[in-house]
Amino acid sequence: MEHLLINPGFPLLSTLIFLPLAGAFLLLPFKNDDTCRYISLGVTALVALISLLLIAGFDTTTARFQFAETRPWIETLNINYTIGVDGISLLLVVMTTLIMPFCVLASWSYIKVRVKPFMICLLVMETAMVGVFVALDFVLFYILWEAMLIPMYLLIGIWGGPRRIYASVKFFLYTLGGSILLLVAIIWLAKTNNFSFFIPDMMWQDYGFRAQILVFIAFFLAFAIKVPMFPFHTWLPAAHVEAPTAGSVILASILLKMGTYGFLRFALPIVPDATVALMPYVLWLSIAGIIYGGFTALAQQDMKKLIAYSSVGHMGFVTLGIFVLNKQGIEGAILQMINHGITTGALFLCVGMIYERTHSRELSVSAGVGKYMPVFVTFLAFFSLSSLGFPGTNSFVGEFMILAGTFKYDGVMHGNFPYLALAAIPGAVLAAAYMLRLLQKVVWGGTNNPDQSYLADLNWREIVTLAPFLLFVFWIGLGAQPFIDYMDTSVTVLLDNFNAHRAQAIALAGELLP
Amino acid sequence: MLFLPELSVLLSGLIFFFVSLSRPNSQTIRNLSIGLAAVVLCITATSFSQNGSLFFDSYRIDLFSQLFKLLIAAATLAVLVFSGQTPGIKEDVRAEYYLFLFMGVLGLMMLVSSVELLSIFIALELSSFAVYIMVPMRKTASNAVFQMESGIKYLLFGVMSTAFMLFGMSYLFGLTGSTYLDEIATSLSFLFNQPAALIGMLMVLFGFFYKLAIFPFHFWVPDVYEGAANETTAFIAAVPKIAATALLVRLISMVSAEGQVIVNILLVCSIGSMFYGNLSALVQKDIKRMLGFSGISHAGFVLFGLLTFGTAGYATSLYYIMGYVAMNLACFLVICTVAAQGDNLQIEDLTGLHKRSPFLAITLATGLFALAGIPPFVGFTGKFMLLVNAFKQGYTIPVILAAINTAIAIYYYLSVVRVAYCSDPEKDMSRINQPWLSKAAATILLITIIVMGVMPGQFLKLASAAVSTLLP
Repeated sequence: MEHLLINPGFPLLSTLIFLPLAGAFLLLPFKNDDTCRYISLGVTALVALISLLLIAGFDTTTARFQFAETRPWIETLNINYTIGVDGISLLLVVMTTLIMPFCVLASWSYIKVRVKPFMICLLVMETAMVGVFVALDFVLFYILWEAMLIPMYLLIGIWGGPRRIYASVKFFLYTLGGSILLLVAIIWLAKTNNFSFFIPDMMWQDYGFRAQILVFIAFFLAFAIKVPMFPFHTWLPAAHVEAPTAGSVILASILLKMGTYGFLRFALPIVPDATVALMPYVLWLSIAGIIYGGFTALAQQDMKKLIAYSSVGHMGFVTLGIFVLNKQGIEGAILQMINHGITTGALFLCVGMIYERTHSRELSVSAGVGKYMPVFVTFLAFFSLSSLGFPGTNSFVGEFMILAGTFKYDGVMHGNFPYLALAAIPGAVLAAAYMLRLLQKVVWGGTNNPDQSYLADLNWREIVTLAPFLLFVFWIGLGAQPFIDYMDTSVTVLLDNFNAHRAQAIALAGELLP
Repeated sequence: MLFLPELSVLLSGLIFFFVSLSRPNSQTIRNLSIGLAAVVLCITATSFSQNGSLFFDSYRIDLFSQLFKLLIAAATLAVLVFSGQTPGIKEDVRAEYYLFLFMGVLGLMMLVSSVELLSIFIALELSSFAVYIMVPMRKTASNAVFQMESGIKYLLFGVMSTAFMLFGMSYLFGLTGSTYLDEIATSLSFLFNQPAALIGMLMVLFGFFYKLAIFPFHFWVPDVYEGAANETTAFIAAVPKIAATALLVRLISMVSAEGQVIVNILLVCSIGSMFYGNLSALVQKDIKRMLGFSGISHAGFVLFGLLTFGTAGYATSLYYIMGYVAMNLACFLVICTVAAQGDNLQIEDLTGLHKRSPFLAITLATGLFALAGIPPFVGFTGKFMLLVNAFKQGYTIPVILAAINTAIAIYYYLSVVRVAYCSDPEKDMSRINQPWLSKAAATILLITIIVMGVMPGQFLKLASAAVSTLLP
């Protein structure tokens, strides 16, 4: 168990996983909608507070899995309940727990019917999401990864918009179809490793090149659909548009990160040779996603669709950062995962707030609300600037690091001409174009604005919901170093191992490997 | 004492015989049936740990048979509980219906203990004929007689497969000179790749494939499921499959991995079942037909598990069938409760079920998600373990095909959940009343589905212990 750092005492991570589930059971006997809201808010807030202990107790000098717990689970198959966090997953876990109370707040008046089942779905989602990020046993990971589909399906399918049935079924089928081969790959990997499902045991092994390629394809299908990478993104706009606000926020902020987290946690360490061999294709798909997402967002009339397509572009940056395989790129990618979670989550909250007032997501219906909702458009302006990567906001730091990594990659791979970076940069320009278009329309509109005088500005609950997001936009934007420190050791060790494995593989196989 | 569970079932049947001579009201019959089934379950549970053999060693009582008897008794009780007033059965033959039901259970219980060809045959026929008769007892609103067609189909296909089996048995007897499975297994181990032994063995297996509805012996399934009353279908879909699995374990453990030809043929049957069942289920409108086709694909999975051999493989199949029965009964519970008049249910009829009865909707969704193999339910754990064992055995391509089937299957299960949850009811907004007994049954089934899925350890240990009594 050299990979695990077991902190004695309180099982912090298990608490984070099971407290929301316990909360869901706690809700069962209550009939009153408001009681359910307060209980859910209390539970999610408590979980968020407890998760801060992770940050406080995290040791940034080691790449081992901390706060680890391991218990036998299904002994006949050697499956254990093993969990732990390292620098890659820590921030994602904390982001998940911190965003959940705001999802509850955002649903406070948005969800009017069947409040209790809605809150139960949210809490079960939280259990599964935290679990996915901390699972160190591949079966545990897969179970939570799949189990998450059920509450998310119900969130979209029951409380969603008019085309919710189409969207929810598409979401479910896409994600499930993609991850079926992941299961086969997991079993194959375990079989070659003496039936150990412990994830670190599978890393840096010698599987043979052909097997690695097959496993990579299985991984890629599962994770690329979740990210979603172009051309596997078509479920995303549908799901985003139809989901209730909290569902959109969870999708954008947390679920999409699971795909990129999967690439970092599994693809790189388990099948490094295949990663290198297929890297150029993944990179160009990322570029395609950035450009495609940007242009499509530019043409949207539906605000949620616009942000959904912008997600495709932003997540393209993240996969770009991961697969350039250097420190700047990967650290930038992890940071950008957090940034996207904050910024896009906040933008979906904003759209949800205006939807509650106008009952439309059409850009033209919301044109020119700036005059009547000054507080709202202030928030919207900052989040839009953050989304387009304006200096001083969080996304600037992330995108900058990713582009720096890309330039470095170009220096290694393409001589000194930065093909890849040059191809990615128009994405940043496009982001400015579509976000400013959104902002301009919503704040000022044109000469033929609809009558917006009936609109009330944000109430206290809504301001409280948005303010923390704004805090993080500037905190990461102006002082990103503490955040990077948390992941630095883990990323360095990951890359060191990666390069060592590559050197060894090349020495062994000579010219055979790419 | 060894024969006590069977005797209790027989006695229950006799009680219904006498009841059928008078004209009691249906409420009395129903209470009596549940009471007797509960008594049978208790008696079976108390004789759980018995060991021994009867009737010149042709009838063996061990952990394996007792576990299956317990399952049969429990599934029967569940079916009786949720079939309510049996609205799908003609009023004047309700007592007789229960008489045949208990006779069928008796046959199935005897089947799992039989270790000799003739006793297998007798037990199988006892159970089959009782069930054949139950199918046409259906009451239909418009006096249509499609249940007769189903009954005849069931009978003719069944008799056909029995004929196959008898023919195979004659081969086995001719080759080995014995009707005892143990002796046949010893003699056969030298004869595996002989065509005669191959044909004999396959034909005997085919008899049980018919019961378990494995491709290509599945033809009766959709029509019988559709034509029989909801409660009869629930019974047919669960209880005989338990017994058929038990016998398949006994028979296939005789084959072992050496009979490569047989193994290949059975692999084709198993994968064929998965594809046939899932692809056909995609286009069904009637929910019972859909569950019938889904049952074909699940039978393929059970067979797939058996083909991984060894304690682990058989134990997993056993675990899988236990889980399957629980998931399937959960779905049929909903069907029987929603169809208060005993009509067939189209999938659309479940529209907006979550408003008409939230608890039934949860039961249905859990059952269907479990059947689809979504974690954390038992269907996933079962499939996962099957795939692990198959990988150990080296069946890489079949594993991939099986995994693809899981992806196909999700579509039709999801489409039922979709209408139940995501659409609003249009016409019939009335809430559905569910008796407390049925609620209790649903709760137990839900707990079983989740607990077996999340903590399979104890169940696997039990299954392994049961299976290891079979293996030398």
